[in-house]
Amino acid sequence: MVSKDAKRRGPLLVLIVVASLVLAACSGAKVGTSSSAGATSSTTAKPCGTFNLAVNPWVGYEADAAVVAYVAKNQLGCNVVLKNLSEQVSWQGFATGEVDAVLENWGHDELVKKYITDQKVAQDAGLTGNEGVIGWYVPPFLATKYPDILDWKNLNKYANLFKTSESGGKGAFLDGDPSYVTNDEALMKNLKLNFKVVYTGSEAALITAFRNGEAQKKPVIGYFYEPQWFLAEVALKHVALPAYTPGCDTDPKKIACDYPPYHLNKVVSNKFVSSGSPAWKLVKNFKWTNDDQNLVAKYIAQDKMTDEQAAKKWVDANPDKVKAWLAG
Amino acid sequence: MSNATLIREKGKVSEPKTLNSLLRRKFVFVGIGWLALGLLLRGRSTLPLDRSSLTSVQVGLSNFSNAIDRNRNSNPFFLNVINKIRSSINAFVNLIQDAISQGSATRSVPQIGWLGVVAIIGLAVAIFASARAALLAVVGFVLLGLLGLWQESMDTLALTLAAVVLSLLIGIPLGVLAGVFPRFERILTPFLDFAQVMPTFVYLTPVTLFFLIGPASATIVTLIYAIPPALRITAVAIREVPWSTVEASISMGSTRWQALRKVQLPQAKRTIVVGINQTIMAALSMVTIAALIDAPGLGRVVVKALETLDVGRSFQAGLAIVIMAVVLDRSTTAAAARVQTGSKKKKTGTPTMARRAKWLALLVTLVAIYLSNTYLWASQFPGAGALGAKVASLTDSWTGWIQIHMVGVTNGITNGFSYGLLNPIQSLLVNTPWYVTAAAVIATGYLLKGFRLAGVVVFCIATLLVSGLWSDSMVTLAATLVAALVTVVLGIAVGTWVGRSMRVDRILRPILDAGQVMPAFVYLVPFLGLFGATRFTAIMAAVVYAAPASIKLVADGIRGVPPTITEAAVSAGSNTWQLITKVQLPTARRAIALATNQGLIYVLAMVVVGGLVGAGGLGYLVVAGFAQENFRGKGLAAGIAIVMLGILIDRITQAIADRRDVHAKAVA
Repeated sequence: MVSKDAKRRGPLLVLIVVASLVLAACSGAKVGTSSSAGATSSTTAKPCGTFNLAVNPWVGYEADAAVVAYVAKNQLGCNVVLKNLSEQVSWQGFATGEVDAVLENWGHDELVKKYITDQKVAQDAGLTGNEGVIGWYVPPFLATKYPDILDWKNLNKYANLFKTSESGGKGAFLDGDPSYVTNDEALMKNLKLNFKVVYTGSEAALITAFRNGEAQKKPVIGYFYEPQWFLAEVALKHVALPAYTPGCDTDPKKIACDYPPYHLNKVVSNKFVSSGSPAWKLVKNFKWTNDDQNLVAKYIAQDKMTDEQAAKKWVDANPDKVKAWLAG
Repeated sequence: MSNATLIREKGKVSEPKTLNSLLRRKFVFVGIGWLALGLLLRGRSTLPLDRSSLTSVQVGLSNFSNAIDRNRNSNPFFLNVINKIRSSINAFVNLIQDAISQGSATRSVPQIGWLGVVAIIGLAVAIFASARAALLAVVGFVLLGLLGLWQESMDTLALTLAAVVLSLLIGIPLGVLAGVFPRFERILTPFLDFAQVMPTFVYLTPVTLFFLIGPASATIVTLIYAIPPALRITAVAIREVPWSTVEASISMGSTRWQALRKVQLPQAKRTIVVGINQTIMAALSMVTIAALIDAPGLGRVVVKALETLDVGRSFQAGLAIVIMAVVLDRSTTAAAARVQTGSKKKKTGTPTMARRAKWLALLVTLVAIYLSNTYLWASQFPGAGALGAKVASLTDSWTGWIQIHMVGVTNGITNGFSYGLLNPIQSLLVNTPWYVTAAAVIATGYLLKGFRLAGVVVFCIATLLVSGLWSDSMVTLAATLVAALVTVVLGIAVGTWVGRSMRVDRILRPILDAGQVMPAFVYLVPFLGLFGATRFTAIMAAVVYAAPASIKLVADGIRGVPPTITEAAVSAGSNTWQLITKVQLPTARRAIALATNQGLIYVLAMVVVGGLVGAGGLGYLVVAGFAQENFRGKGLAAGIAIVMLGILIDRITQAIADRRDVHAKAVA
């Protein structure tokens, strides 16, 4: 019966409520009195102000952002706002005033033209010190088994190994995330290679293909790039294409040479520069090596640290480098 | 999409012609003609377009969006209207976030901590739905905390709530209008089709340009997808109310407005609650996409985990989304049932006791809110999410094991499917001259519904041609058809099983729900591991998303077969197989047609996800348009092409279903 139950349950509930009140009052720490809570929000009054940092979706960038954000927050007292965005949206943020800095830019001539040359809302902030390599890669077992596969001239000999259900009788060559520049279709044609470019469409798909290729000894060839956390797991081997010479890639239809080396740079909004924020100085001076970035990326991707933990670990171990960023 | 169908079903356009053998012969003739001409003229006029090439139309689309970009700051419309909308939405979302998910300038934690939120949810569900649903809600929300994702879950809940409230504020009044004025609905329909089928990636960048990065953009993106179900189902609800009752009320002297308010709205209430339920599901399905423009919450965890291919972590967050969806779904469903029965039967038991229990629950909730506002233990969910870590590591070891041990089998399946079914279909569609395919589809449209449907078909095909993406559209169409085939087979087989047994239904329903709301990003990595970066992976992902809807629809249809019919068949000596194939499936054919239509449309909704795992086609182009400035126009064109395919498939499968219906009636 409903009424009987309710009669019995009523006092019990009141008892529980009272008990929990008493319990809480005796033992609980109060919101706002604890030192762990509220520590971050009380330090915003320093001169740095708000620093809007775009975080593009790859681990290398995340490593850059983690370290810069950590230093800006803890040593400059900035209120760092991290914005997780794709590249196109981040650059657009320069125009709308919502993004102060992009820390790792891979070329992107079209965005440079639109936002730096035409709209004049952003500017180059110097190199990050990281060298980007884009190229063709195979899993290491393949390079061991067929050492001459690392030269593009021999690729046709092995094309049959790479056939899949997706490649229409030719060898399958895997391309990844469409945000990266690729010339692979033109390269196949101009170097007369018997491969079909298969657009996997994401970095996740590309990494999974290489990972399984190595694990199952299944031949895979595709587009990849350094620095990248996955190379610490599987050391992909670079396939040499005809060497890059300046200007060999001007006509996209006739490209028959390797990708240029990418000197990755930082881009900031003009508004951020004129604000004179100490964070701007930090971004301008920020520079490190591929090894540095790979280490922090490893902390994040393989050791599964949070961004903040990873940054702290690296910053504590490299005080001189951080000092140089803050000086001048 | 689903609701479009529902609506049209009610609006029933029936032509009293029978599907006679002559007509059937005409269809066969069209089919054979298409096949023969296609093979004969193989490889001619296939309109291929290189990945990196752009047509002038695509360049034009790109310039058009750039022009809008440039005028943003000078145009008074943007300055006044858009900025007002943005700041009000931001204020609204921030209000909810301050309350349950984020600290503010003066507080490091939200006003109401976990204990308060759990209590409020429990109380609200108990009042509006049932005690059982309330228990489920409380358990579910505590699980979110145990998974170690309390704050992320509350961020997601805050955004979802804001989007749902706004969707309903806009969708329900418009839906009522559409229900009352059919012409208004006809004007709205194309917009709703666009809103539901156009891939979000296409408008993600423009939305952030106008509404800036932040809650407003995330909310707008969700609104675009969540308003249509609210609107469409409300319109159906209004129209479902028998016209005679409205007429009766008018003849008794009430005005049209009074009839709406006193007769139609109260009777439509139950179906409108179903619309609310669908709106919540639609809003939750946008969680991961919104994370791409910095929306906080569970979606961001999934997207971040994908960067490092961390399956365990992303499953953890995916599970939290599923739990939230199940809680919200069961609560609103229970609320709908309550609305239905509530008016009929009055409360049992002594009213004073019930009232006292209510007051007590309210008191407990208030105390919980106070505690969670004041004390840390009730504010921040205690523990470090040990359950979440456990779930993550279990997922990792399971998927790892499956990938190592199953890969031989899955490779075989991938290849068998690709070479045996997908490649032939794709090669036929891609290599057949465009005019042969176009003529065949137009003829089909004409045979089905005369010039009206043929006109729609011509429009869609012309748009496909203008987009410059005919060949890519055919690649996408091939994969879509195969995925839809698998979906329908599963829908009929599993749907029949579920429909015939409530126990199976109880066991499978959570799995079906999970398939519908688990973000695809969560299972893409294991799928890629098993099936490689292939079209087949894309098809599998589409089936995971689309099959649950088909299964539910077929099951519903089977359950709708009047027991008198099945009893008669059993007493006439039918065995189970005969009962299913001769009685239940034919009687439920309307539901099966709906399941087919929905299967196709849901599969199409996954085209973009397919582009991320190697399916190429239109989906890849949409992603490329999102990623590369140069391909913006092409991505937009691909989005439009997907909408055109969706409209084509929707209208033609509808027309076939209508025909079948008419035919079946004529036979009977």
